[in-house]
Amino acid sequence: MHHPTLPKTPTGIAGLDQITGGGLPKGRPSLICGEAGSGKTLMSIEFLVRGATAFNEPGVFMAFEEKASELTMNVASLGFDLDKLQAEKKIRLDYVHIDRSEIEETGEYNLEGLFIRLGYAIDSIKAKRVVLDTLENLFSGLTNQTILRAELRRLFQWLKDRGVTAIITGEKGDGNSLTRQGLEEYVSDCVILLDHRVINQISTRRLRIIKYRGSVHGTNEYPFLIDEEGISVLPITSLKLEKEVSSERISSGIPAMDAMLGGQGFFRGSSVLVSGTAGTGKTSIAAYFANETCKRKERCIYFAFEESPKQIIRNMQSINVNLQTHINKGLLQFYASRPTLHGLEMHLVSIYNVIKKFKPGVVILDPITNLITVGSVSEVKAMLIRLIDFLQEEQVTVMFTALSLNNIVNEQTDEGVSSLVDAWILVRDIENNGERNRGMYIMKSRGMKHSNQVREFIITDKGLDLVEVYLGPDGVLTGSAREAHKLQEETGVVLRDFAVSSKDRELIRKRKVLEAKISNLQMEFESAEEELNKMYQQEELVKQVTQKNRDEITQRRRDQQFDEKGGKK
Amino acid sequence: MSKQEKTKAYELRLYVAGKTAKSTMALNNLKKYCEEHLKGQYKIEVIDLLVQPQLAAGDQIFAIPTLVRKVPEPIRKIIGDLSNEEKVLVGLNILPA
Repeated sequence: MHHPTLPKTPTGIAGLDQITGGGLPKGRPSLICGEAGSGKTLMSIEFLVRGATAFNEPGVFMAFEEKASELTMNVASLGFDLDKLQAEKKIRLDYVHIDRSEIEETGEYNLEGLFIRLGYAIDSIKAKRVVLDTLENLFSGLTNQTILRAELRRLFQWLKDRGVTAIITGEKGDGNSLTRQGLEEYVSDCVILLDHRVINQISTRRLRIIKYRGSVHGTNEYPFLIDEEGISVLPITSLKLEKEVSSERISSGIPAMDAMLGGQGFFRGSSVLVSGTAGTGKTSIAAYFANETCKRKERCIYFAFEESPKQIIRNMQSINVNLQTHINKGLLQFYASRPTLHGLEMHLVSIYNVIKKFKPGVVILDPITNLITVGSVSEVKAMLIRLIDFLQEEQVTVMFTALSLNNIVNEQTDEGVSSLVDAWILVRDIENNGERNRGMYIMKSRGMKHSNQVREFIITDKGLDLVEVYLGPDGVLTGSAREAHKLQEETGVVLRDFAVSSKDRELIRKRKVLEAKISNLQMEFESAEEELNKMYQQEELVKQVTQKNRDEITQRRRDQQFDEKGGKK
Repeated sequence: MSKQEKTKAYELRLYVAGKTAKSTMALNNLKKYCEEHLKGQYKIEVIDLLVQPQLAAGDQIFAIPTLVRKVPEPIRKIIGDLSNEEKVLVGLNILPA
């Protein structure tokens, strides 16, 4: 692990440096081979342009096929201004014209003239990079193969001695040979094969590193694209799983759904799959999520593969979601394209490019099922892995919608993709009691507590909502059955209320009777008491009167005695 | 001078890279053929690309030595040490092919 690693020259081509672990071998020639039209010239010229613009390494392009003016025109469509770069002495084009009809060979010769031209071009701009495109044209112009082969060997050695990082392009030969003239036997350090295949009328470009001496490299076939910004190679996976993760949560826009997701919604930067059968409201959920994102003043991109943006905007107005206002504010962007417009890779790259430009917080792909029309499930899966990888790196939350088709297992995108995503929300039809209702549940949600309950998913003109399904003795009830059960319950309540109130009244009556009885008894008691009191008073009176009488009698007796005594006096 | 040059029916340029055996041989062969077949009608210009490398692109030189027939048009090129007299003469359109 501590050996000095092979020095590399970054190509600057998106993705290629990732696969090669840093670029092409520095100071050595590499071979890019492939069929006509596989992108060899473009790839090599981008190598020069990126070198000149991004790494301050001027480059020489020696063309054996196209004239300098043609080349300049051809790559202008990729946004490369070769005229300007030539004027700035960053790139030098040299067209080597070989016309057999003008040339006669007689006797010994060598290719010193080519060496001198190349050397002069390198010196004139102090080039660090060289492209020879397509060297094999020499073979069509010259007949002496022995000399040519010896000179080619010398040329590659010469390039190494000059210390320039070179790309030699070669056209793919018949059979197993990589190039018609067996150039691969001279260039032994790094060989890249480009391929252009048309499967089901959809073309895909692919790249494979056949050989990279002294370096680890990805061995897979990698799709690549040529668009208005040059070449992008898409590593199937970026080989590593070392992503930053966020524990920040963002709302789904449906409070009841957030509640099911531990009360806070999805993780930022996570991937969410919403799948369900036709007409279960997947797009509505996605639109709600987009709406919520824009309400938070975050940006959102909506990739529509089925409906046109105008259709979605109109349809979502019916559930009280106004997406047009967000578009007007520049927070929401729609990208609609038919899946069959181009291959999966092209879709992926256009998605990449749009995301890189707009820098959204949330991306919606609606629906991924349609991508199946341009690729197999495994290809779609590979594409989504790459997309999810990329989005996680950018900390973008993504929501996919997928249509689950009943009973056709190998076309089930939702199942195929489900292992990749962090959260999977399933919307199901629940057909019961002569009507169709929507049931929603969370199949999985990594890293958070989530509800295991089936909720009824209701779409009204006010919006989306989730209600708890009725769990009764008859099982799970939804829709009008749930309503009916509710009514039944309400009736029960009324009856009970009624029963309770009549009992209450009886109680009151009883109390009143009792109270009346109590007051009667009290009155009886009072009269008895009065009676008793009366007797007491009488007795007292009698006693008093008797005492008085006795006193009087006693008094009188005393008076008589005095009188008798007085008389004697 | 210019008058004289214009009268020359053949303007030939020989590109070499240093005084190598091959380039010396080519130049000697060329002079010999010209003296034999084009006496007084030719002009030979020898360009050493080691001295003037910038001239290589102009005449689309990649092999050394290369003889270029600039005049008469069309341009013809003969590469190699010019050891085969017949080929050279045919190539220069001196002899019919």
